[in-house]
Amino acid sequence: MAKQPAAVVGIGQTHHRAKREDVSMAGLCREAIDRALADAGMTLDDVDAIVVGKAPDLFEGVMMPELFLAESLGAAGKPLLRVHTAGSVGGSTAIVAASLVQAGVHKRVLTVAYEKQSESNAMWALSVPVPFNMPVHAGAGGYFAPHVRSYIRRSGAPTHIGAIVAAKDRTNALRNPYAHLHNEGTTVESVMASQMLWDPIRYDETCPSSDGACALVIVDEDTAKASPNPAWIHGTVMRSEATSAAERDQVNPQASRDAAAALWKQAGITSPIDEIDAAEIYVPFSWFEPMWLESLGFADANGGGWRLTESGGTAMDGRIPVNCSGGVLSSNPIGASGMLRFGEAALQVRGAAGEHQVDGARKALGHAYGGGSQFFAMWVVGAARPTN
Amino acid sequence: MRDVAVVGFAQRQMEEFDGSPTCVELLVPLFEECYEQTGWTRTDVGFWCSGSSDYLAGRSFSFVQAVDAIGVIPPVNESHVEMDLAWAMYEAWLKIQTGEVDTAVVYAFGKSSAGVLRRTLALQLEPYTMTPLWPDTVSLAGLQARVGLDTGQWDERAMAEVVNRSLTDAEKNEYAVRKGGSSVEELLARPRYADPLRKHDCAPVTDGAAALVLAAGDRAREVCDRPAWITGLAHSVDAMSMGTRDLTRSPSAERAGTAAGTAGVEVAELHAPFSHQELILRRELALGDDVAVNPSGGALAGNPMFSAGGIRIGEAARRIWTGDATRTLGHATSGPALQQNLVCVMEGRS
Amino acid sequence: MARTLSAPVTVAFDYTRSTGPVVGRFLTGLRDGVVVAGRTSDGRVVVPPPEFDPITHTALTDFVEVAATGTVSSWTWVPEPVKGQPLDRPFAFVLVTLDGADTPFLHALDVASPAEVSTGMRVQVRWRGERTGAVTDIEAFEPLVGEGSASPAGGGLLEDHLVTGVVTPVELDYLYAASPEESAFYRGLAEGRILGQRCPACHKVYVPPRSACPVDGVATTEEVELSEVGTITTFCVVNVPFLGQRITPPYVSAYVLLDGADIAILHLILDIAADEVRMGMRVKAVWKPREEWGTTIENISHFSPTGEPDADYDTYRQHL
Repeated sequence: MAKQPAAVVGIGQTHHRAKREDVSMAGLCREAIDRALADAGMTLDDVDAIVVGKAPDLFEGVMMPELFLAESLGAAGKPLLRVHTAGSVGGSTAIVAASLVQAGVHKRVLTVAYEKQSESNAMWALSVPVPFNMPVHAGAGGYFAPHVRSYIRRSGAPTHIGAIVAAKDRTNALRNPYAHLHNEGTTVESVMASQMLWDPIRYDETCPSSDGACALVIVDEDTAKASPNPAWIHGTVMRSEATSAAERDQVNPQASRDAAAALWKQAGITSPIDEIDAAEIYVPFSWFEPMWLESLGFADANGGGWRLTESGGTAMDGRIPVNCSGGVLSSNPIGASGMLRFGEAALQVRGAAGEHQVDGARKALGHAYGGGSQFFAMWVVGAARPTN
Repeated sequence: MRDVAVVGFAQRQMEEFDGSPTCVELLVPLFEECYEQTGWTRTDVGFWCSGSSDYLAGRSFSFVQAVDAIGVIPPVNESHVEMDLAWAMYEAWLKIQTGEVDTAVVYAFGKSSAGVLRRTLALQLEPYTMTPLWPDTVSLAGLQARVGLDTGQWDERAMAEVVNRSLTDAEKNEYAVRKGGSSVEELLARPRYADPLRKHDCAPVTDGAAALVLAAGDRAREVCDRPAWITGLAHSVDAMSMGTRDLTRSPSAERAGTAAGTAGVEVAELHAPFSHQELILRRELALGDDVAVNPSGGALAGNPMFSAGGIRIGEAARRIWTGDATRTLGHATSGPALQQNLVCVMEGRS
Repeated sequence: MARTLSAPVTVAFDYTRSTGPVVGRFLTGLRDGVVVAGRTSDGRVVVPPPEFDPITHTALTDFVEVAATGTVSSWTWVPEPVKGQPLDRPFAFVLVTLDGADTPFLHALDVASPAEVSTGMRVQVRWRGERTGAVTDIEAFEPLVGEGSASPAGGGLLEDHLVTGVVTPVELDYLYAASPEESAFYRGLAEGRILGQRCPACHKVYVPPRSACPVDGVATTEEVELSEVGTITTFCVVNVPFLGQRITPPYVSAYVLLDGADIAILHLILDIAADEVRMGMRVKAVWKPREEWGTTIENISHFSPTGEPDADYDTYRQHL
């Protein structure tokens, strides 16, 4: 049985900030939800089901917050799900929402992913010490930095590649009114001059901690056809592997490669770099851009990624624009970040990305990963209804 | 809709599990049992989904290590919900309905004894005006029970009857943690603990884990003589407020029951961690007196957090496999005072 | 000897919550000794005011003050209060419909026994002496003795100093238990031994040992004692301080592949300048004095360079 066609007809997000002290958690979600519904020309009463995504409950200190939020999100009286797949959650949540439509269970699904990190402290929530263990763990950056070092060694990358990505993404963010960081004047030089946090990752190569939310309205074929510019879902994939295993490739994980291969096949894509017009890839530390470019198949392994980045190939006017929204490097409400990637990809193919629009984008990739580079969620959206 | 059936089920329940809160060592034998029941190996499983809560374990990402129990190289198609096993099953059923996969294993685990459950669950409430008072689940259920008693919708005798029947039936359940029927009089003679509730009106705090196996069409027929075909699967949620709801009702249970279709159900496993809640659910799900409720003993005999709802579905499915019944129902609840509910109706076909 | 090792862990944080306008209005009222309700589109007066109308879904803007006296609509007894509850002696949780409101509000009632509380009884707010804008500004409810003797509330709302945030401390105590395999590992460390386990299916040696081989999903059982010498596969230099950190930066956090193991462990490198640490460096465990040992990997204080030539890249590249 084939999946029924589904499309994104509404996308909304909050103004992401370090602290959104003007809203409660419900208010944060509703800001994104109300924008998405307005975009879709719908109201909460038109929604059949709601899917909430969020990263660890410890961030906000509320266990299963979708329960207290149910009424505020317009979910009272409806089916409500809450997905949690670590950092990839925003993406996997969108995929679960899409599957409700693709399976023919519902016609109009609202999905929202959020994080209100200012309620606590992200580093604390990620580093609660486990007894008997060595407390060398130093947050996400400390976890990934050794693997970035491995990539640099494997690929022979020059040391400024991360800075190229950071300068690009932070500059792109200036064209995204919703982005958290609007840092003018970020250059390769300024990034290289910023403090080394977890050698080899520098301060300006690191994502911020943000409060923010993203919401999508995903609908069935009939509803999509009545919408002016739907972003049709061409493929969705999730793959997972263990955090650590003997000889597990931490730089180019098998789950990532498998997910990408399955995704391109579903979406009928044989050459990603030629057929994808814009990519929103989950890059929380700048070096992940070249790493994921290779893993996703945009470039050859062991060096193709950094060469593509270095050549300007991932700039807005490059061969494969990556993170025109500014990406995770510019806004990182962890639970929402995956959905922001998926949503920004949809904005591109709808021609609705405003000042960070890639001209003529018809097919785009949304990508998210989580945990110790072990959970992957990706989708391809297109301006045209899929034919397969 | 594709024909999807529950074809495997395994569970473990104990008062206190002394191992890691990630419960990996509990899960390995559960998966082995599932493989024995189906004849599968892990490569036959198209999709995995788990249910658990970080707050039960006391750490972020506590579900991640459980993935070790699967054996995830090569990588697997896998997801997780911070909800009961029943909702993990829902996500897996959905995945099968999309046609992407034909088989799934869902699992859940929870070590409530790692913390103080009465305090931990206070975090599941509205954080500004409820949690700072640290209301515990027993108190919230007690408030609900009182309203029904005050308005004459149920009485203490009816609650004691639920308990006596449950604990008597639990004697036949090797997994039950609390068992042993007595009599309604004996139960009513015991002192109230959290007035109006007596200790036996409340599910015991239990650790445990469980797994369910789903398969579509012929894949189900290949591994099971009498698959428990899912004819209805629906869930819904109400607002959380203890003030704006009629606490003697559970509209979300009614909606889920109506959508799933409860007519003709012979056996119903209802997830009722408090005795009066069984009375509410019977009514909301339109179950007549002829329906056998909780032959397993139900949650009053054991309530491992995050698997208890799914265990109801497994127990209901078992009655079909054994030929004891042709149409059964498994129900799961979440949130205070029956706020969120899921209903799964299954049938056996000759 | 217990099958598994356990140790207490406290997860605690003072959550700083921004309330938004509706909850903020309610908490401002409490700070000022007044209970503020919301009127929803169906005409009901609700305490506390819901942030969004249940029917129209719009943000609530219609607020009305209700009395600090009311009627109990349900109650339950709490014989053994837990930490954080409004009273540390037995009390009742109650739903109270305040005069002027249509729906009840959850709080505590301070009475000495279940005999002193009943549905329908009249109660009043007992305000906390110093109020900050939190639901605990109501210390508890107490029986209302004679109508009209309700304790005075504060004056009107101080509109220009609205509460916009509230701190809600969350502290949970856990007893963390290690798995049996991890426990064996830590017990080995207490004896100065580093123990791994081999998977019967893929034959790889895991350290610390896990309850299941992550590749095959089967229990690892064969104990393998490992060398305390190994190779740094990769590492980072941690410069950044953070809440809860226990080692003073800068420090080198490195993956050390012990000779005999198929997976690296994460540990600390010392006795060498951070910027001189290299991938492939050979290192050896430096143990703390024996009298300081416990069941923990911290018995190994750090790893230190052995002085041997670096391991060939090809010997560890598949572990990256």
